[in-house]
Amino acid sequence: MTSDHLAPPVPVVGPVAWMRRNLFSTWYDTVVTAVLGGVLGLSVVRVLDWSLTEARWGVVTSNFRLFLIGTYPIDDAWRIWLSLTVLSVLAGSSAAIYGGGAVRTLSTWLGAGQAILAGLAFVSGSGLVASGALLLNAAAVWLAFAVALRWRGPRRWLSMAWLASIPVAVILLHGVGGPVLPVVGTNLWGGLLLTFVLALVGVLLSFPFGVLLALGRRSDLPVVRAMSTIYIELIRGVPLVTILFMASIMLPLFLPGNVRIDQVIRAMAGITLFSAAYVAENVRGGLQAIPTGQIEAANALGLNALQRNLYIVLPQALRAVIPANVGLFISLLKDTTLVTIVGLLELLGIGRAVLAQSQWFGAHMEVYVFIAAVFFLMCYTMSQASYRLETAMGVGKR
Amino acid sequence: MTRSQLSFGLDFLDSVAGFEIAESPIAYRATDTYGRALLVGLLNTLMVSFVGIVLATLLGIVVGVARLSGNWLVNRVSAGYVEVMRNTPLLVQLVLIYAVLLQLPRAIDSIVLPGTIYLNQRGLFLPEPVLESAAGSWLALVALGVAIAIGARRTATRRTAAGRPARGISFVGLTALVALPVVGWAVLGTPISLEPPVLVGFNFVGGLALSPEFTALLVGLVIYTAAFIGEVVRGGIQAVRRGQVEAALALGLTPGQTLRLVVFPQALRIIVPPLTSQYLNLAKNSSLAVVIGYPELFNISRTAASQTGQPVAVIVIVMGAYLTISLGTSLLMNIYNRHVQVREV
Repeated sequence: MTSDHLAPPVPVVGPVAWMRRNLFSTWYDTVVTAVLGGVLGLSVVRVLDWSLTEARWGVVTSNFRLFLIGTYPIDDAWRIWLSLTVLSVLAGSSAAIYGGGAVRTLSTWLGAGQAILAGLAFVSGSGLVASGALLLNAAAVWLAFAVALRWRGPRRWLSMAWLASIPVAVILLHGVGGPVLPVVGTNLWGGLLLTFVLALVGVLLSFPFGVLLALGRRSDLPVVRAMSTIYIELIRGVPLVTILFMASIMLPLFLPGNVRIDQVIRAMAGITLFSAAYVAENVRGGLQAIPTGQIEAANALGLNALQRNLYIVLPQALRAVIPANVGLFISLLKDTTLVTIVGLLELLGIGRAVLAQSQWFGAHMEVYVFIAAVFFLMCYTMSQASYRLETAMGVGKR
Repeated sequence: MTRSQLSFGLDFLDSVAGFEIAESPIAYRATDTYGRALLVGLLNTLMVSFVGIVLATLLGIVVGVARLSGNWLVNRVSAGYVEVMRNTPLLVQLVLIYAVLLQLPRAIDSIVLPGTIYLNQRGLFLPEPVLESAAGSWLALVALGVAIAIGARRTATRRTAAGRPARGISFVGLTALVALPVVGWAVLGTPISLEPPVLVGFNFVGGLALSPEFTALLVGLVIYTAAFIGEVVRGGIQAVRRGQVEAALALGLTPGQTLRLVVFPQALRIIVPPLTSQYLNLAKNSSLAVVIGYPELFNISRTAASQTGQPVAVIVIVMGAYLTISLGTSLLMNIYNRHVQVREV
């Protein structure tokens, strides 16, 4: 065979070759590409057209403060910004000290998210103070990162600071009375603030509870094991709304007559009770992954049950289930929207309240698209961080 | 307990509910009891869950396979769909879809979809299959055909395993499966006809009318759950080792046979357990319909709880019902799971 019988070579690199390989490799591939591309193009044009010409985004911008912090008093809003500063500084330093792609992704997005919110707050004219504070917080993330990168403090201090930040945030947000920090009742909390508080409290409280349940389910004591198993299966078998509903009715029954707890605490309790069962199942997976040899070795060293769990079993088990728990936190964040059903005004609840204003009658799409976009940004960031974490930790590869 | 005027009896189930329910698969009037009202809610929950599970599975398989497609556009669109669905709350999706449905044109300006399907702000109107008098005998013929086909397949498998030829038997089964319904249809004279919805005045009459609430809930549940099922399907197929496919091709199996006989049976083993939990999630998530006003179990129980003043009893009944649905679904899926798992010979 001579070379002049050969057809000219098909290009194997370059955009044409790429398109031929990935979009038009067979005739039905071409049809699929054409149809899908057409539908996609039309949808994008339609959506862009709607969002640029028809949509009344004023419903979002003119109510931006409500979406951000609900009806939290404007004179006390600095307490929210200060709490965020604490969070920003801690996140920035963690990104430098813990290293790790996942922590850095989250910190970057905390900074970027606050910068975006600052921009939106500025555009909507809902207060120069708010946008300035948010912008400073965004800067604080990077500043803390840069400083901590130079001066690497011991990790232990950072963990302590994270722990200490919880009571600090609670005191700042809720207040203790007096002229400086007057009490701001949780009935005034709302919007993104309430969404965040519910999700964070939910994950912080449900985690220890879930670990105990998981250990209980593997306990040698039959009663403990049965109780834990029944609790976990019961909770996982019913929808979250029924638990929220139950918490809002039943909790007052268990408390003495003069104690009144507000709806937000009831919702937190409901979310925590619900989430703990799912944390427990995740942790159980981690516990099962630990080789028996580890436990036998601990026993041989003469450790008692508490020491064995604390020093040998849990550190390994919890490490293995971190990505799964990030996934859980994402669903928890999304599930906070359900408290709108028991009448709380978190992001979605505020959105529905805003839609009741007469001048924004019928602007449902704008409000819901905005809320969906906010959730998407938060959840997508976290799921990307969780992927990185999974790869970095080599889960399933060791 | 006495302080809050709550009692725990179940007597209220027999007293008159006094509220209307917008849609119900069984006869219900405001003068019926709370017990019947809750039953209506349960049936509505079961209905939307069942239809939702079937549709979400179909869409989920498409999404999962599309994510493995070599076509870049198909692959990316599917991935984008999954990310958007998984990272926004279902509740927001539901209220958004409902808002879109309510902004649709009025009945006289309906959007017409292929197959005489009409979409307007009063809901979705589909042609309804009407069973004629001969439908019973035709369905019996179809069942007979299926039975013969299954029997033939079993026999063929047994004969092949024993090393005897089985081609003719499979052919008989296939013929029965196709010919019986087709011939029956012709002989019995269209035993099942489609009755399309017809516009009379300002609304559609006849056909199958789905309310905006039901449509929004169904669409929301299906597209949300399908994203998760898609990931489950993708994970299952990717978990089948590449060597398995190569070995099958090397043995001379066609790509279709490889997929059907080698990849799917193995992928199914990995897919079924997480699929079960997606089904459970869908059933539980149907309770979110309370925000768009579809009268499912939780929605009706909330009305009942506030009217009777016995919220604890009502909520215990409702949680029991959800628990039963969950356990029932788990049980069915576990039986199926045992069926597809590896059987050591």
